[in-house]
Amino acid sequence: MNAPPGIEDVLRELAPQVLGPLVRRFGHFDACEDAVQEALIAATVQWPAEGVPHNPRGWLVTVASRRVTDQLRSDEARRRRESTTAMLALPGDAIAPDRDDTLTLLFLCCHPALSPPSQLALTLRAVGGLTTAQIASAFLVPETTMAQRISRAKQRIKGSGARFEPPAEGERAERLGVVLHVLYLVFNEGYTATSGPHLQRTDLTAEAIRLTRVVHRLLPDDGEVAGLLALMLLTDARRPARTRPDGSLVPLEEQDRSRWDQDAIKEGVVLVTDALARAPIGPYQLQAAIAAVHDEAATADDTDWRQILGLYDLLERLAPNPMVTLNRAVAVAMVEGPAAALDLLATLDADQRVVQHYRLAAVRAHLLEMTGDRAGARAGYHEAARRTTSIPERRYLESRADRLRGAR
Amino acid sequence: MKYILLIYQNPAAWENLSEEERNRVFGEVDSLMAELTRSGEWIGGEGLADASQTKTVRVRDGVPAVTDGPFIESKEQLAGYCIVECETPERATEIAARWPDARYWAMEVRAIMEPAGEEM
Repeated sequence: MNAPPGIEDVLRELAPQVLGPLVRRFGHFDACEDAVQEALIAATVQWPAEGVPHNPRGWLVTVASRRVTDQLRSDEARRRRESTTAMLALPGDAIAPDRDDTLTLLFLCCHPALSPPSQLALTLRAVGGLTTAQIASAFLVPETTMAQRISRAKQRIKGSGARFEPPAEGERAERLGVVLHVLYLVFNEGYTATSGPHLQRTDLTAEAIRLTRVVHRLLPDDGEVAGLLALMLLTDARRPARTRPDGSLVPLEEQDRSRWDQDAIKEGVVLVTDALARAPIGPYQLQAAIAAVHDEAATADDTDWRQILGLYDLLERLAPNPMVTLNRAVAVAMVEGPAAALDLLATLDADQRVVQHYRLAAVRAHLLEMTGDRAGARAGYHEAARRTTSIPERRYLESRADRLRGAR
Repeated sequence: MKYILLIYQNPAAWENLSEEERNRVFGEVDSLMAELTRSGEWIGGEGLADASQTKTVRVRDGVPAVTDGPFIESKEQLAGYCIVECETPERATEIAARWPDARYWAMEVRAIMEPAGEEM
């Protein structure tokens, strides 16, 4: 969409509130989703020229309904040449929104029958109101590829027999977990620093935060939803200090903390503190709490590593994962020294999930540098640089190795 | 993750394939491309003109020197490439194994660098 920002914000906000009622009315998620997309595009053309209608949602519902009925009627006419079936119901004047429509749509777009890339793409289009072209450019793939993924995702949903209704009570927690994971992936896709010709990527970080805010508004008592929103805010707060103008990465301890977004930090700290106080603890809350400890330190030296270590201990017990162990090793090094951390790292050498990962080599190099083993550290940074598939990460790791040049 | 699948061929051996065999290769490539397009994994790809049509360019002391023929002299030459986006490296390898050239010569699977990176 290329509408002025104000209009685009309104359209993106309205997208799920138009699609939800339509699907409830007509069924046919596939046809309704296409119709809403067409109505959004029509609005981006007409509204800037003719003014925003008095009732924007009503306008979109009317335009999209007309398209759906046209589409379904022509399908019906085709079918009727072969057999007689009942006439389609026409839309009423007003199709009322339901406050849980957006949540139901999220559950549908993040259906477990879909692969994660399909879940992401469909969520951004059907709930986020982004166009296929915007999603394609954000994920750096051709528009035809993205269109294919979206249409395949919709076929899968149809084939799975999934209906537009909230998941059964027994599987609700698990399904919400998938929704949160998809939002987390969207955030990460946008958060990773970009450089060079790709600076124009659609801001997926802001979109992930916006959608997570919507979920938090709908489920204010869910601690993990609040935790995820806090984690995003506390991480995104560091964005202005995370890269240099040339796109190279600035590690946490070297960032200019005066450039961190204090409003985002405040909001994130309040969210996670409140969630930890009254909801069952969960991995997103713990990760948010760790981010909060980093963000609240005035300087890198002021970081409360003991508290961070305690939180990683809890996280590892709650959701064991070699990446968590890797991060915990950094905290162990700060509290107990690099030798203890290297021992911990050694336990990962037999773990097939990380043994080839650049981060294992990078963390080990960092720990070796702390012990004074400059040659070992340099070799480790080079090894990590060869393993990463990210250009800025390779640049950063090569520059760390360069600092140790001459080490033997 | 995006992968480039580099298609290696031996031009002399290709010429010695029967027309029926060559047509089978083309047919397999067409249906594989259609399948990858449907699955949303296909990003793009092209075939390359014969290696004998290659120019190799070197600049030495600011002076470009252009020679005929490929940079690396070898019986097997790059004949084309395709770019796919896959969820796992195993999946990229699986696609390469189904490319007909892998039966005769070889396919090379290389990960493509991403412009984004994680905070350290």
